[in-house]
Amino acid sequence: MPISITTDEILETIRMVEAENLDIRTITMGISLRDCAHPDIKVTCQKIYDKITQKAENLVKVGEQIESEYGIPIINKRISVTPIAIVAEACEAENYVDIAFSLDQAAKEVGVNFIGGFSALVHKGMTKGDEKLIYSIPESLAQTERVCSSVNVASTKAGINMDAVKIMGQIIKRTAELTKEHDGLGCAKLVVFCNVPEDNPFMAGAFHGVGEPETVINVGVSGPGVVLNVVRKNPDAPFGVLASKIKETAFKITRMGELVGKEAAKRLNIPFGIVDLSLAPTPAIGDSVADILEAMGLEKCGTHGTTAALAMLNDAVKKGGAMASSYVGGLSGAFIPVSEDAGMINAVEAGALDINKLEAMTCVCSVGLDMIAVPGDTSAETISAIIADEAAIGMINKKTTAVRIIPVPGKNVGETVVFGGLLGYAPIMPVSRFGSEKFINRGGRIPAPIHALNN
Amino acid sequence: MQNKGSSRIVVTVVGKDKVGIIAGVANVLAEYNANILDISQTILQEFFTMIMIVDIGQCTVDFNVLKEKLITKGEEIGVKISAQHEDVFQFMHRI
Repeated sequence: MPISITTDEILETIRMVEAENLDIRTITMGISLRDCAHPDIKVTCQKIYDKITQKAENLVKVGEQIESEYGIPIINKRISVTPIAIVAEACEAENYVDIAFSLDQAAKEVGVNFIGGFSALVHKGMTKGDEKLIYSIPESLAQTERVCSSVNVASTKAGINMDAVKIMGQIIKRTAELTKEHDGLGCAKLVVFCNVPEDNPFMAGAFHGVGEPETVINVGVSGPGVVLNVVRKNPDAPFGVLASKIKETAFKITRMGELVGKEAAKRLNIPFGIVDLSLAPTPAIGDSVADILEAMGLEKCGTHGTTAALAMLNDAVKKGGAMASSYVGGLSGAFIPVSEDAGMINAVEAGALDINKLEAMTCVCSVGLDMIAVPGDTSAETISAIIADEAAIGMINKKTTAVRIIPVPGKNVGETVVFGGLLGYAPIMPVSRFGSEKFINRGGRIPAPIHALNN
Repeated sequence: MQNKGSSRIVVTVVGKDKVGIIAGVANVLAEYNANILDISQTILQEFFTMIMIVDIGQCTVDFNVLKEKLITKGEEIGVKISAQHEDVFQFMHRI
């Protein structure tokens, strides 16, 4: 095979990694725990611990090998498991906190920084197991370090389970309360979804869906810095040209994800699932989605035009990425987590970006209101109403939406909360001072929209 | 190496130009029986940039060990050396 790569191409790849923070955000191993069900919760816990530690034994090692050989940083190695509500349903125990402990211990044993799947899918209604799981969430997140939880409360096919929406407002408040020493950090590990994908590799919303194989490798790429550089290099290009440039870049980023995912799957001898094409920002300078939007010509992220800019960016990333990978899945779009994106934080602090604009932006990007800190005295009903709004956007637009919101105990607008690491820091954002209590207390289910009837 | 086909790596050296960079890197490679297939060098924004394509099929040490040796050598000379498997570039820039 002749050497067919040019010097420029080699230097481009090296620049992307060294100067523009190109990395593989996560290799996530999905593990089915469906065979771990048992009436005795102690036995279930043991089976779960044994299966995870055995299947994921080499995950971190293989990740580090690939990282070294290919010279591409792989930031996180993680695990997603079958929604625990399904696995634990057979248990006679009153709550599932013990299972969260087992997941946490297994994660520590194999060296992954997060394990997702303390989850329930309740978009149409709750089983006994779902209910026990949901009420176990606050204590589980408070007492474990690495366990992530998610609850799907709505879907385009089923509508919005408003009873679950109401409960999740209370669960989020309770989680914040139990982790108040750490500014409500528990809520950063809890996502409420509409139309949740079953193969998402990104935390905190990852779990191993029921249609997935025994084990699987999913990869999440990243690269806001690389896209930012491309946009900055084309300050006057019309949108058609700019979209095309972003597509080319997304293609290259995704190829890395595909290479790493396939190689990891091969070395671990388990099937390769999907590449998630999301642009996932970090608090590092230059690794920001907001910066890309501003580089397109907006004075501050959040001003008029932001939704259009994000729509164009999200679509171009998908188009480029879809060409680069055989299997695309997960969330696949731009993430707009406030606390994890330096540009978003700046925009909030400058008064350019508020919850209402963020809500509009979630109509055109992959997730939703993500890592948003609100005053600690925000009522459970208001949080439920925020969840209901997001779920409605997802349900009507046939897309995934999510809410990861932190009512920071004892803090108010004007203050800042620091979560540290990839979770970053966030200014407390105001919520509406008008209530939604009577609306939330109606309960029941918002029917599925007319376009769910597409058979 | 657990890689299938190619046993080639790309070694890149970036830093201020000075006497002995190529010699230093080539010495490390020769010491462990890694074969240099191609060298190109340019001055990029006043930085010396050298790219070597190296075959490590017959290399006497593991890739990670060789990479460590190269990085150490780079620190000694005062340049930044990185080594990556060739697949990365093939995969990113070619379909």
